Amino acid sequence: MSQYKVVHCNINGRDVEKVVDVRASLTDMLRNDFRLTSVKKGCEVGECGACNVLIDGETFNSCIYLAIWAEGKRIRTLESLTGPNGELSDIQQAFLDETAIQCGFCTPGFIMTAVEILEAGKLYTDDELRKLLSGHLCRCTGYENILRAVKKTMYRRLGKEIDF
Amino acid sequence: MNKVGISETRVDGYDKATGRTKYYEDRIPSEALYVRIKHAERAHALVKSVDTAAAAAIPGVVKVLTCFDVPDLPFPTAGHPWSMDPGHQDVADRHLLNRHVRYWGDDIAVVIAENEVAAMQGVRALAVEYEDLPFVLDAQKAMEPGAPQIHESFPNNILKHTDYRKGDYQAAIREPGLVKVEGWYETPTVQHCHIENHGCFAYMENGRITVVSSTQIPHIVRRVVGQALGRPWAEIQIIKPYIGGGFGNKQDALYEPLCAWCCTQVGGRPVRIDCSREETFVSNRVRHAIRFHIVTWLRPDATIAARKIELWSNQGAYASHGHSIAAKAVNSFPQHYPCDNMEGDAWTVYTNRPAAGAMRGYGMPQASFADESNIDDCAAAMHMDPVEFRRLNIMPQGFHDNFSGNTNYYDSYRECMAKGAELIDYARKREEYGHDTGNLRRGIGVATFWYNTGVYPISLETSSNRMLLNLDGTVTMQCGETEIGQGADTAFAQMAAEALGLASYRDVHVVSCQDTDITPTGLGAYASRQTYVAGFSIRQTADQLKKKILNYAQELTLLSPDCMEIVDGVIVRKADGAALMTLKELAMTAQYNPVHSEHLSAESTYTIRSNAYSFGCTFAEVEVDIQMCKARVKRIVNVHDCGKLINPALAEAQVHGGMSMAIGFGLSEQLLFDEKTGRPLNNNLLDYKLSTFMDHPNLEAAFIENPEPTSPYGTKALGEPPACSGAPAIRNAILHATGVAVNQLPINPHRLFAAFTEAGLINNPRLEEV
Repeated sequence: MSQYKVVHCNINGRDVEKVVDVRASLTDMLRNDFRLTSVKKGCEVGECGACNVLIDGETFNSCIYLAIWAEGKRIRTLESLTGPNGELSDIQQAFLDETAIQCGFCTPGFIMTAVEILEAGKLYTDDELRKLLSGHLCRCTGYENILRAVKKTMYRRLGKEIDF
Repeated sequence: MNKVGISETRVDGYDKATGRTKYYEDRIPSEALYVRIKHAERAHALVKSVDTAAAAAIPGVVKVLTCFDVPDLPFPTAGHPWSMDPGHQDVADRHLLNRHVRYWGDDIAVVIAENEVAAMQGVRALAVEYEDLPFVLDAQKAMEPGAPQIHESFPNNILKHTDYRKGDYQAAIREPGLVKVEGWYETPTVQHCHIENHGCFAYMENGRITVVSSTQIPHIVRRVVGQALGRPWAEIQIIKPYIGGGFGNKQDALYEPLCAWCCTQVGGRPVRIDCSREETFVSNRVRHAIRFHIVTWLRPDATIAARKIELWSNQGAYASHGHSIAAKAVNSFPQHYPCDNMEGDAWTVYTNRPAAGAMRGYGMPQASFADESNIDDCAAAMHMDPVEFRRLNIMPQGFHDNFSGNTNYYDSYRECMAKGAELIDYARKREEYGHDTGNLRRGIGVATFWYNTGVYPISLETSSNRMLLNLDGTVTMQCGETEIGQGADTAFAQMAAEALGLASYRDVHVVSCQDTDITPTGLGAYASRQTYVAGFSIRQTADQLKKKILNYAQELTLLSPDCMEIVDGVIVRKADGAALMTLKELAMTAQYNPVHSEHLSAESTYTIRSNAYSFGCTFAEVEVDIQMCKARVKRIVNVHDCGKLINPALAEAQVHGGMSMAIGFGLSEQLLFDEKTGRPLNNNLLDYKLSTFMDHPNLEAAFIENPEPTSPYGTKALGEPPACSGAPAIRNAILHATGVAVNQLPINPHRLFAAFTEAGLINNPRLEEV
């Protein structure tokens, strides 16, 4: 097998093709070839969730997903949420409003899992939200304000009153 | 309008919410060479040789350097300010690479390569020949005669021993009718686990070395790199971009000196060192594991007659912050529960474990666990409610410490405990819980702490600040204190806007990135001093800038500066508030005035010669599953008196993070080592049990805002305090629930199984019928 291979995929709404090292992770490809700096490296073995992206609508730790597996996939990173004029999406704004951001290193990964949760269109309980978000580690926030941000946005999207 | 005391949004929030924020790794030039480190696979040994031939032959490998190549220039790493007194300088016991291996993971050699794979392959291809030495992992065992000697100039491996004697302990304990409460308390080695690993890159420009690093302390790292390389400090430039958390690990020179040196060995080409998570756990810094022995003598009226504290702090292989941690821990006792007769002894001891350094709380989470566990045992011995016992004995209002100059101006402890007790419904639950007899048992516990805001008078406290008036009437500000995630830049902007009279904190552009070539000298982020120390220089510099602005306005308005004021970005006549001109109009005029042009700016340094007590407590409610040997925190409340809050939402967030760290310290976290080899066993985020989203309940933070008299903004420590009292509160709640005192952290199922077995709670036929 050649050490390099062409991968065709869609990244943040744009069809792209790229020659990648077959040993490279999707994290490597997104960071190095596409300069998507929201994809963070905290462990590179699928423990911390900082590199989390959406692949065909499902969250994955991109550090343990080979770049070549991205063939034909739709990949979304945090960069896709910001509007053309820099507008924040509701979930990004909620992270700001709820003081859910501190050092910011785990933030992109968390927000992308929040997107998956919100796009499910379901009303989850706190326990369910905690479980769904538990693939991410954060040392700054104690997760408290992250829960608030996700929960408030979930309620708003469903047009329901928040019960805090 | 006030600019402080308001929950403004973070100044760096937008970039962080969009993923644009650049951390060190996002700024590495693509041509940078990869440096990978060969770590020792021995706990204690001498390197006899390193065969580099196979590594050097790997395509892409540029250079292999070993412990036999480095300069013999020992250097210290602690993030302390330089001391002019040689007796107070940090212990210089490090080399860039080590022939004498002192822990499993010590740095022996590096491979520099054009790509990461070649660098890693090169490291694996190195053949190291060791001469094995006996090793020791336990601090007290390391002090025994015949123990392996880790550093030649420190007999019995004692880095330092300090003590105090107050009153006459031996005489005091002979008082008739005393009750003795004695215990051994032990805390584990834990790690900071910031989500961004440490890393840095270095390059040379015009003969000088620039290091861009994930650090909390750029100005201090510049000095250490200079020392390690034997170069004038001014030849070194350190740049600190945004960093993904620090918690004290990055309050040390980590791999910046090695990175800078590697750069010089490849002709100044850019080189990068990126720690893996596994390296971060072992080859950066850890929290000191400390063993305490406490004897408290109580009178029949439940007052404390005498107290003796001994502690042994496990330093690991290198001095780093050294004895400062143990000293802080042992010296906390006489102030926390003052009594006339006390003896304290603290030993900091080298062992063959990873080097321990600064970590959020700097000895106080350990001291708080021991102290507050013992105090709860005292309350139990007196058949007293733990809150009542504390109210009776804890540092009273008006207490003054001559050394630090600190005064307990208010009755903060009692106010914090009263608020916490009310929030969690303590009295009712204390009465109701503690009687459960089934498998699930409920308990509620309390613990308190005090904390020094800064490091005065032990070390220099200095803060410098620069403000420039921009042409649009906004102000650009540079601080030596660093943003590491805590929200410092936002608090600084609010304080500056307040002092200058700007319309919004958004009118202050804080230059977040510190660059030692440009940024006024400051000491970086450590202790819990950022907002406190920066407050002095921000206020002073703002006063100077304001004076210059009003003096210039005098030329234009012909009014005395004393008759004018800046309000919401407008210069007004004080008497009637009439608007005279905006700051923008003034700045434009001052800059482009053909007769008298002036760029209005101010810069000043403030030497802080005060400190401030910060206080607080944790109330924790637990449910213990006896058969599963599992304690679950059901509710937890922290109350802090950190003075006036500059930004309440950020303060609350800071408390959450500390509480989470305290819960992990209490229930799950520990870095384990193989007793047979000294090898770390769980240096990854899967096996090291960091709290996840599912491991704690909602975190509740509350405040008592007694204004700190020594601060221009009435503020004091909050950064580290939230990490201090959580673990003992949980331990005390478990004691309340089960009657079992667990004196070793973490209180995980393994430990509870042993404790419950010993107490007869499990393997008990009667219980199993329940």
